[in-house]
Amino acid sequence: MKKTYDVAIIGCGIVGAAMAYELSKYELDVVVVEKENDVCCGATKANSAIIHAGFDPLPGTLMAKLNVMGSRMAKEISQALDVPYKQIGSLVLAFDEDDLKTLDVLYERGLLNSVPGLRLLDRDEVLQMEPEISPNVAGALCAPTAGIINPWEYGIALAETAVRNGVELRLSSEVLSIGQDDENWRITTKSGDVHARYIVNAAGVNSDIIHNMTAEPSFSIRPSKGEYFLLDKSEGSRVKHVIFQCPSKTTKGVLVSPTVHGNLIVGPNAVPSERYDVSNTSDGLDYVRSAAMRSVPSISFRDNIRNFAGIRANSDNDDFIIGISAPRFLDLAGIKSPGLTAAPAIAVYAAELLQNEGLALSRKSDWIGTRKKVRFSELSVEEKNRLISENPAYGRVICRCETVTEGEIIDALHSPIPARSIDGVKRRTGSGMGRCQGGFCGPRILEIMSRELGIDPSEIIQDREGSYILTGQTKKERC
Amino acid sequence: MHDLIVIGGGPAGLAAALSAWENGIRDIVIVERDKELGGILNQCIHNGFGLHYFKEELTGPEYASRFIDMLNDTSVKVKLDTMVLELTPDKELHIVSSASGYEILKAKAVILAMGCRERTRGAIGIPGTRPSGIFTAGAAQRYVNMEGYLVGKKVVILGSGDIGLIMARRLTLEGAEVLACVEIMPYPGGLTRNIVQCLQDFNIPLYLSHTITKIHGSPRVEGVTIAKVDGQRKPVPGTEQYLECDTVLLSVGLIPENELSRKAGIEIDRRTGGPVVYENLETSVEGIFACGNVVHVHDLVDYVTNESLKAGKSAAEYILNFNDPTGNSVSPEHSDISDIRLVNGVGVSYTVPQLIRIPKNLMVNSSLSISDPDIELSDQLQDVEVFFRVNRKFGRSRIGVSLAGNELARFRRERLAPGEMEKIRLPKSLLMKCLQLGLSEIEIYAVDEMTGQASADNANETKITAVSQDSARRIQIIRQDR
Repeated sequence: MKKTYDVAIIGCGIVGAAMAYELSKYELDVVVVEKENDVCCGATKANSAIIHAGFDPLPGTLMAKLNVMGSRMAKEISQALDVPYKQIGSLVLAFDEDDLKTLDVLYERGLLNSVPGLRLLDRDEVLQMEPEISPNVAGALCAPTAGIINPWEYGIALAETAVRNGVELRLSSEVLSIGQDDENWRITTKSGDVHARYIVNAAGVNSDIIHNMTAEPSFSIRPSKGEYFLLDKSEGSRVKHVIFQCPSKTTKGVLVSPTVHGNLIVGPNAVPSERYDVSNTSDGLDYVRSAAMRSVPSISFRDNIRNFAGIRANSDNDDFIIGISAPRFLDLAGIKSPGLTAAPAIAVYAAELLQNEGLALSRKSDWIGTRKKVRFSELSVEEKNRLISENPAYGRVICRCETVTEGEIIDALHSPIPARSIDGVKRRTGSGMGRCQGGFCGPRILEIMSRELGIDPSEIIQDREGSYILTGQTKKERC
Repeated sequence: MHDLIVIGGGPAGLAAALSAWENGIRDIVIVERDKELGGILNQCIHNGFGLHYFKEELTGPEYASRFIDMLNDTSVKVKLDTMVLELTPDKELHIVSSASGYEILKAKAVILAMGCRERTRGAIGIPGTRPSGIFTAGAAQRYVNMEGYLVGKKVVILGSGDIGLIMARRLTLEGAEVLACVEIMPYPGGLTRNIVQCLQDFNIPLYLSHTITKIHGSPRVEGVTIAKVDGQRKPVPGTEQYLECDTVLLSVGLIPENELSRKAGIEIDRRTGGPVVYENLETSVEGIFACGNVVHVHDLVDYVTNESLKAGKSAAEYILNFNDPTGNSVSPEHSDISDIRLVNGVGVSYTVPQLIRIPKNLMVNSSLSISDPDIELSDQLQDVEVFFRVNRKFGRSRIGVSLAGNELARFRRERLAPGEMEKIRLPKSLLMKCLQLGLSEIEIYAVDEMTGQASADNANETKITAVSQDSARRIQIIRQDR
């Protein structure tokens, strides 16, 4: 007999994961269908990793309301779910008179959006707080509630919590079409049909395609690519805050920020792009480099360890597109920046909309709202020794750059949403994130995965399906 | 407290520990993060090792096993599968292992022998997609030689470092097609013998002054665009060509692994990426020595061995002195020491050592009286071997050594190339001269005698006479043709 879910969420990026997390609190049968072989493989894993304070969106918009609310929630959730998050505050720099006027506008907007603690700083204050900032700086807007987060771990933690509370996750299940059986939706995916009473469209860069499967076209996604540098930890303390530039007519500016891992992130540019084109370009990187040097001239780009690019799910709408667009079909679309920040607030708001649409929400009594992870390198000596005596695998360091142990890698392979690729392990443990970029630990993680999962090393993939690493044994054919 | 802890059980750590043992130290611990000793030699299954040191041709594992066998006859303790998490300036080591958990060891002396790591794609910022199928040459070498797996069928190699060249041959022998080796510089990065034996012998084209401008494909590499570069190493528009391949190997340089050293407050030389060392391989932190690729990247393991033997001996002297502080001071107090700094002049990228320590008592009464030339040249002063690399290709040339702009020694070479580490021996008479003149810098530079390209300040032979005919005559000029 076919199962009919109460809600099917399409897409498991940060928005889908937050939605699943929120709905997992209620007595509901929820399924999440995700195109990729892991959660958080799109914009969620390739962005600035910032929890925005909320002075940027225009007052009165959904973006403004959900940003400020999401910023507060991110702090609570990351604590409960053991997600790396640091409230380090942000500075928007001004370099001339026009910029200073912009700061005033942002400051006023921030007050209207109820952003706490905003302060305008003069040049000296800025340079005192951040000595590496260009002496050309004229002033700054300081937002102490801004923070940095590990965005994919945030998403994974939300999705894992949902799964632990009974939400089903179907990976590698790209949606091909949506139809109706009687009163219910029939979602045809690459891994079979899914039946559900309600659909939440959280398909990110593909949310217009999903929308158009059920409703009249009403918006279109305009993917915008942003390119980044990730620098070695030796550059990680170059600045202490998230350093923004003033948005102008032509650009939103390039940011420089520490990451929760202790690296320095620099980017992004903004270029219209294809939905899946996350390639780096020399023009894009040149632009980011020179723009960032305007804020922080001393950045040593020779200590770059990785470039990457992400696709913003921008749309032809200025605000987030959140609403019921067909009966029992909810769009969470065009979730561009500050989408990462707003995600948990979007989910709360979305649950209300579903309730208004007739979905009964009754709280579970046994909902699990906490998560704990072993992060070996952060433990005290006593805790380390206790852990190793319980399980010696925690005493074997596999990733030298980030000090990730075999025990943590095994944990990732048997977690609620198990890693199934080298990069899946990386997103859960940080292995291969460091300066050698997996040169040393890659082969050893492959070996551990092969052993733990009981599959041949040649079947282990780097990341997405088809990203094979090895092409066969050296001596097999001839022997 | 241990006498000596050696961090790393590769060729440098093995030789250093052995040498310390041979020089009288008995309480020695080697800490190695891998499951076996030998380091990167274990995956270097090709031959060509040991020609200088053992005077015979060995494979990497054979070379390592010679030292491991010698160590087995000593009481040197080895902690395998053990990671050093932290080293403090007062020589405390925080280590962790499955077998013993988290421990803190303390030692009188420490030898850093952590080796190096490979530069990655991020470090050179190649545009394009980020598919699987991109390996550093050493990672590919491990998969092929240690794990027994092929990494691809059609391969392009970026960079012409030695590991990349060796892997070009290895992958060809294993049945892959190596389409090209692409080098951004106008000269190869690796040893000439590897260019001949690994590329030319297998008809693998080497594209000098070329680079990969874009990587194509997702989720696996499908091809690369390569292009010629100009003198500023910028791609020349219109010279692009597309090579279809499923694998890219990167052999774009090695970086000494000095995260532990940095945290211990050891001064790092930006040019080498390794600690600044004295002629006895002591770092800026007293009692912490360093050798091998953690100091500077060597081409030949034989040279690593020699350097490490010296470090082991120096550490042994330090420990013996430490044990007997009232005895004859082997390493005098720093206030009694005069440092001479070696400066890389035109054509030279760096020198190792960077500093030479000279006991000041040698200067007493010597002032500028040089009438008794041999008195001061006591056992306390020794010739100093200096290693360096040039920063471009040279034809017939000379390496000059100057004090205050006066060339006092020269060494002839038929050719010089950045891919080949050079060595000269600074005679102790020259160090003495430096002291007598009250100078604290010695400059080493390279001059192409065919083109006459040189520094304007240096290499002016007439100036030599200006210092002191007498002393200049006594400076030994070594002719050491390769």
